[in-house]
Amino acid sequence: MEEVDVDPTITNIPISSHGKHLGFACGPGDILVYETLYKQSGASGSCSSFIHEVRKDEEIHSPILRKLFNESHHIFVGLQTIQEEIPSKNKKSQFVSISKNYRSVIRACIEELQQVAVNTKDSAVCTQYGNQVSILLAIELIWNLCEVLFIDAVGALLLHLLDWVRLHKGDVDEKATHVLQSESPAEHRDYWDVVVGYVLQGRLEEVRQLLVKQATLQPAARNMFKLMDNLLSKMPFYNPGGTQTPTDFDVKWRHWHEEVDRCLQDNSFASNPHLELIAKILVGDEDTLLEHKELVGTWYHFLVTRLLYCHPTVKSTELHFYAHSCMTMFLDPRSVPEALDSILLAAFEFDIHQVIKDCSIALNNWWFVAHLTDLLDHCQLLQSHNLHFGSNLREFLLLEYASGLFSHHSLWQLAVDYFDHCPEFGRVYLELQMERIPLDTERKALKVLRICEQRQMSEQVRSICKIMAMRALRNNRLGSALSWSIRAKDAAFATLISERFLQDYCSRGSFSDLDLIDNLGPAMLLSDRLTFLGKYREFHKLYGEKRFREAAKLLLSLMTAKIAPRSFWMTLLTDALPLLEQKEVIFTSEQTYELIFCLEELTSSCNTTTATTTAAASMTDTPMQEEDLEVTKVELLRLALARNLAMAIVNEGTVEV
Amino acid sequence: MESINAKYVSQKISKVRWRPVSLSSLQQPEIFATGSWDNEDNTVSIWTIGNNGISSLEEGFDGDPKPLCEHKHAGDVLDLQFLDQEKVITASSTGGVTILRYNNNNQALSVSHQWAKAHHYPCDNAPCTSVVCSSPEIVSVGEDGRIIVYRADQGGIIRTIENADSSTIHAVTYLRTTEILTVNSIGQLKIWDFRQQSNSPSQILSLSGDRAPLHCVDRHPNQQHIVATGGQDGMLCVWDVRQRNTPFSLMEAHSAEMWEVHFHPMNPDHLFTCSEDGSLLHWEISSPSDMPSFLQGGRNNSMVSRSAMAPAGGNQSLINAWLSGDSSKGRLETTHMLPSQTLSVNSLDVLGQCLVCGTDGEAIFVNRQIPV
Repeated sequence: MEEVDVDPTITNIPISSHGKHLGFACGPGDILVYETLYKQSGASGSCSSFIHEVRKDEEIHSPILRKLFNESHHIFVGLQTIQEEIPSKNKKSQFVSISKNYRSVIRACIEELQQVAVNTKDSAVCTQYGNQVSILLAIELIWNLCEVLFIDAVGALLLHLLDWVRLHKGDVDEKATHVLQSESPAEHRDYWDVVVGYVLQGRLEEVRQLLVKQATLQPAARNMFKLMDNLLSKMPFYNPGGTQTPTDFDVKWRHWHEEVDRCLQDNSFASNPHLELIAKILVGDEDTLLEHKELVGTWYHFLVTRLLYCHPTVKSTELHFYAHSCMTMFLDPRSVPEALDSILLAAFEFDIHQVIKDCSIALNNWWFVAHLTDLLDHCQLLQSHNLHFGSNLREFLLLEYASGLFSHHSLWQLAVDYFDHCPEFGRVYLELQMERIPLDTERKALKVLRICEQRQMSEQVRSICKIMAMRALRNNRLGSALSWSIRAKDAAFATLISERFLQDYCSRGSFSDLDLIDNLGPAMLLSDRLTFLGKYREFHKLYGEKRFREAAKLLLSLMTAKIAPRSFWMTLLTDALPLLEQKEVIFTSEQTYELIFCLEELTSSCNTTTATTTAAASMTDTPMQEEDLEVTKVELLRLALARNLAMAIVNEGTVEV
Repeated sequence: MESINAKYVSQKISKVRWRPVSLSSLQQPEIFATGSWDNEDNTVSIWTIGNNGISSLEEGFDGDPKPLCEHKHAGDVLDLQFLDQEKVITASSTGGVTILRYNNNNQALSVSHQWAKAHHYPCDNAPCTSVVCSSPEIVSVGEDGRIIVYRADQGGIIRTIENADSSTIHAVTYLRTTEILTVNSIGQLKIWDFRQQSNSPSQILSLSGDRAPLHCVDRHPNQQHIVATGGQDGMLCVWDVRQRNTPFSLMEAHSAEMWEVHFHPMNPDHLFTCSEDGSLLHWEISSPSDMPSFLQGGRNNSMVSRSAMAPAGGNQSLINAWLSGDSSKGRLETTHMLPSQTLSVNSLDVLGQCLVCGTDGEAIFVNRQIPV
């Protein structure tokens, strides 16, 4: 067994006294914890009757993050369909734009959280939102870096890194607007902070514009400002995508660098410490940078600034070396690097798996790792890294994320598409989850059914229909129950319900739910009993319409074709009585013979069963009265049959002659 | 498609309805109500797309729906109707029917009257699936097969038809003031005449053969005998309830359950449908129906014979375009109204030039310039 990466976190269950034993049950998203009855010897006291629900993933219940889940679901589905549509050449730009979409959704979420946090008065809620914001900010930072390094890995690495730092060190821009909105920007106390901040981010155009304001205030130092402006304007930027060759750039760069150095040597800026500081930064003086840690803020900002002014032609393969040294130079050697630091470092080392692993540990949700891994997998950046459990990394993370969604009351619908795109285990997960969705209304049941039917999950379709049919049956809604079992093509259940219909008919003498039974159509063929129910009702309809001959024919065929259950034959024969007693002959002699045959078969089988199996007889111990009734019925039938036969023979004889 | 506005609202939307605008003014609607479903706490919310009451100065008006107020709702909101400008009627999965009062001045929703468990089984809840109202009368139907008629002003139930249907009644609409039409889960339309005391329908129309459950129904705003229905197979059916027991025309529309169908209230040559497959369709009859009926015939023979069944010697203009509708002749045009999306569009409403719809993807889409 491998050792664990981090110590497990401890969640305290608020239970009144110590020494109690806890039991637990794991669900897909949460754990139920309860106090057990187990008592230590000597211990006394009653067991608390609480069940505690421990949630793994609290974030999923935040209303604002739900928007993140929903919007990213849409992007995710779009990403899965890209593969088929586009030839591989254009894919990269597609992936970059998808990555940007994901990030813009995160951004929107951050903004909304910040707005809500400002408006709320409850301090606890406010800190909760604040925490979520900081988590999302970290997520966006990591995602953006991954986008720069892995997905959009084109030549202009440094320029992308500069953009990355600019985006995530927004306080310079914030300060700048304050400064510029003040009456006299050049005299604002943050003025130089802003200027240096811009220099550190390589935004030299902005620096020059700001310096103009200062220069007008100090006409005496005009030449010095002019010199600085000149240096700033001449700084070459390396763009491997352009026409510039690396050697060209190198010459230019060295030339510029020497010029800045010369200015420092001859103390051109000595009279203005701020300008001297800028010049020192431009020349790439690491000690100066480290002295102004508070302006740089983070080690990765330090890294990018250092690369800009010392190693402008840095290649991605060298990044990890500079990242390491910057981190050790910048951070206090005694302090332990935070999770975010090590994640970013891993990214600079191009160790994607480490990034994902560290993120999974550090973050309390699966959303980020699942979506990032999926995107990286589409970019074919993940080697087939087989886990010793489950499928590959992408699928494992997607399954975890989707299972979390499924544990949510309402978000389960999103999870379906995620499971769909997990080729190995997605289907099994989905099948198990679908069966466990609570179904309160038919509309929800229909939605669940549609999901199952689209995926040919016949087992689940049957089980859902059965649940609905059982519920309808329990509420005495036979029609609904029958509809559900027809939808599931569940013959056994349809038979059961048909039996109920027939029982109801026998006890009440009339059919209920005629609107359904009259409109069964081809569904009637689902089960024999249902066919019989439909046909028997047809007989009643024909009889009601006084179409006696057709009714008689149908009735007879129900018995001779063995559609009617034997137990129901007596009822059918009784139904034949009024037809036999009609003035005109309805049953032909041949049909009458068949009726007689049916009656004999019924009575003889009854007799044999009672004679041979005494046990059965004792069980169906009918009172004498009822037996008498049966006997009289049979007698009556025999009489009617005999009379009808006589009439039929006479009738047929007359016609023939 | 540019004029479509999406807003994520953190709850799955089961119903959306515009608040009616007064007929005299030519105003476009600004306020709509939504109901949620499948949440732990469901709500009815009122939204505005106008800028009244909210300062339009902040960063310009972007047309995004803004929440005005909300009210907790017990159970899923299975249907939602405006009784008038102030009152909203909801149907709940717990079987209750509630009248909510929306106060325009202080932006608040409050319960004005409630019939808890109007629909029920002997020992269980039965969801109320649909309500329809024609002030002051309200009619509700449910999974228990009951039809219940209420008076909003007196707060009482004036009639209950038990066992009106052996299966679930999915939707109800008024045909005229005394007649309603219900559709059920075995593909039948039943017409009920409240002038008659009997508890059985005055007419039953049904889909032949496959008995596909019907989920929604809407009546033509001008011609009361024409109704459109949509069901589980996503087919759009147009019926003439005077004429035949089977639909006049069947049109393939969606690939999954059609949840709602609406004629445009002012311009009934336009019709809108939405479905579980995540699409919202706009149907339009492209030319006026002044062609002789024999030219309106369709590709297949059954369609021709149906058109030929139109009232003999009648006024041609009375033959409604929907009854001769046929997409093969290009007379009926359909357009997708939403950008591609995968989750169900549960509800839509259209009024004036404004269309609103709500989805299981927890988004509300508003289009303020539909081409009608």
